[in-house]
Amino acid sequence: MSDPTSVVTGTPQVSDDRPARRRSVLRDLLRRPGFSIPAAVVALLAVIAAFPAPFAGLFGHGDPTACDLTHSGMPAASGHPFGFDIQGCDLYAQVIYGARPSMTIGIVVTAATLVLSITFGLLTGYYGGLLDTIFGRVIDVFYGFPFMVAAIVILTALGSHSIWAVSGTLIAFSWPTMTRVMRGSVIATKNLEYVRAARALGASNTRIMVRHIMPNAVSPVLVLASLMVGGVIAGEASLTYLGVGLRAPSISWGIQLNTAQSYFLSNPSLLVYPAVFLCVTVLSFVLVGDAVRDVIDPKTR
Amino acid sequence: MRPFGRTRPTEKLPMGRYVLKRTLLMIPVAVGATFLIFAVVFALPGDPITALAGGQHVIAPSVVDALRERYHLNDPLPLQYVKYVGGLLHGDLGEDFNGRAVSSIIAQAWPTTAKLALTAFVIEVAVGIPLGIWAGLRRGRMVDAGVLAGTTLVFAVPIFVIGYTFQILFGINLGWFPVAGVSDGWPVSYLLPALVLGLFGLATTARLTRTSLVETLSAGYVRTALAKGLPRRRIIVKHALRNSLIPVVTYLGIEFGGLLGGAVLIEGIFNIPGMGFEIFNAIKQQNGPAVVGISTLLVLIFLVVNLLVDLLYGLLDPRIRHV
Repeated sequence: MSDPTSVVTGTPQVSDDRPARRRSVLRDLLRRPGFSIPAAVVALLAVIAAFPAPFAGLFGHGDPTACDLTHSGMPAASGHPFGFDIQGCDLYAQVIYGARPSMTIGIVVTAATLVLSITFGLLTGYYGGLLDTIFGRVIDVFYGFPFMVAAIVILTALGSHSIWAVSGTLIAFSWPTMTRVMRGSVIATKNLEYVRAARALGASNTRIMVRHIMPNAVSPVLVLASLMVGGVIAGEASLTYLGVGLRAPSISWGIQLNTAQSYFLSNPSLLVYPAVFLCVTVLSFVLVGDAVRDVIDPKTR
Repeated sequence: MRPFGRTRPTEKLPMGRYVLKRTLLMIPVAVGATFLIFAVVFALPGDPITALAGGQHVIAPSVVDALRERYHLNDPLPLQYVKYVGGLLHGDLGEDFNGRAVSSIIAQAWPTTAKLALTAFVIEVAVGIPLGIWAGLRRGRMVDAGVLAGTTLVFAVPIFVIGYTFQILFGINLGWFPVAGVSDGWPVSYLLPALVLGLFGLATTARLTRTSLVETLSAGYVRTALAKGLPRRRIIVKHALRNSLIPVVTYLGIEFGGLLGGAVLIEGIFNIPGMGFEIFNAIKQQNGPAVVGISTLLVLIFLVVNLLVDLLYGLLDPRIRHV
């Protein structure tokens, strides 16, 4: 999940031409085929996740739950390009609908982690002192857990297999790393001269944090977040595959892979299609993240 | 709260005090982590005594009471925890709901996980570092691009998909390795799962080595060495490599702790009876004491390994000791 080569150590710079710079970052990104192609895939997946029905219906059999056991495990047929799964459901429709939980979890977890760690990072980095010490120790405790073990224990204890239980568990183990990065970045920013100037002019603590420090300190965390989405999606699939994440009747790639495990010798397509969709999704997010890092923080290349 | 925080003194701690400080800092973390596990596991749904009796069977209330008493289930949670830690400090991990001593479960599973993790670690180091060096020295050429593409692929494909694919490809279709289990002993049965387990770390090690080496090669002192006319081989081995391996060593240390805990998935896929396998079974059987015992041990190992890495790093690079 964490890719240490991507740890961002960039010191924030004061930029007086911020709107211009932001536009050029976007233009830089779009010019790279390493960004635009995976970004297009990500956009397509997002549309599929939001409106799966028209995509699933492309071949005329769009209902993933219209299953007929007499078709169990049958190979591709007209109108069913991927064949049928063990329950006799159209595998293509199942795989298309599988995009939704993966994308939802990837985006919800990343967004929540981002909000939490920006808030915590600002507060602990800015105020320091007791608050910082307490948070530091709490983060240490979270660092003490091997992720997989902890996630399995928590999800079993929760006894819930909803998207929200899985997202919550993933958030619980993602915020510490990002909060540390944000805190470090805030500390590097808060003593810059323009911040001192704002203080001298009588700006309130909140205003200094939100208007002056945050815009300048946030880029390393944004880079981490863009690199994180792929890992989150893979993490969800792994937990689901182990049987502690999502469960039927949810439709997800992890569940499909879990089922395929028992049948792949007689029916390899059960394994191949969800695996390919999962890998392409994760790969696209990883490549988008790499490109964002290269543009925002060129030093790490 | 003062807005700008304390300005911290930056004098360098002597090594002895640094060791002491880091070790003391670990204690509250260990207590917090073990209590968290304890609380979460005993909040597991369902009554463990019912599960122990096989679900449907009716057992006499007196037997239930005796069992609850035996496992301290009637005590409030903090008291249970205190009793547990008391036992732990005496080296007593308690016994699980099947009457097996948790320490004997661990004693049985531990060597398997250790062998698996060590094999994976050796693969990471022996393949990852040379691959990174090779790519770093041929920067921008085919090898470099190949390593970059390969490692990106490893980051992108979830580890269980890799494990699964390798199992089918090398175990079933090609028949090079045993499909699952450890019946063929070390190393035959361990090679394939260890490769899968170590693949992510291998890719990270290779990338880290490459980036770090490229950075070091452009450093001033390397150019000086070149200008002095030292042979290229000597510059790379004696000057550049040494310095560029520092971040790699740090990563590998942290990674080793991660390998021990990360084996859960791999042990599941390849049916290897190690710690991860045991913990997973124990959770399914609502076997609280076994879950607590094994995860506590994993967490403690993880913490100790991290502490050792920190100390080693403080020794290698004295700047770290500034507090």
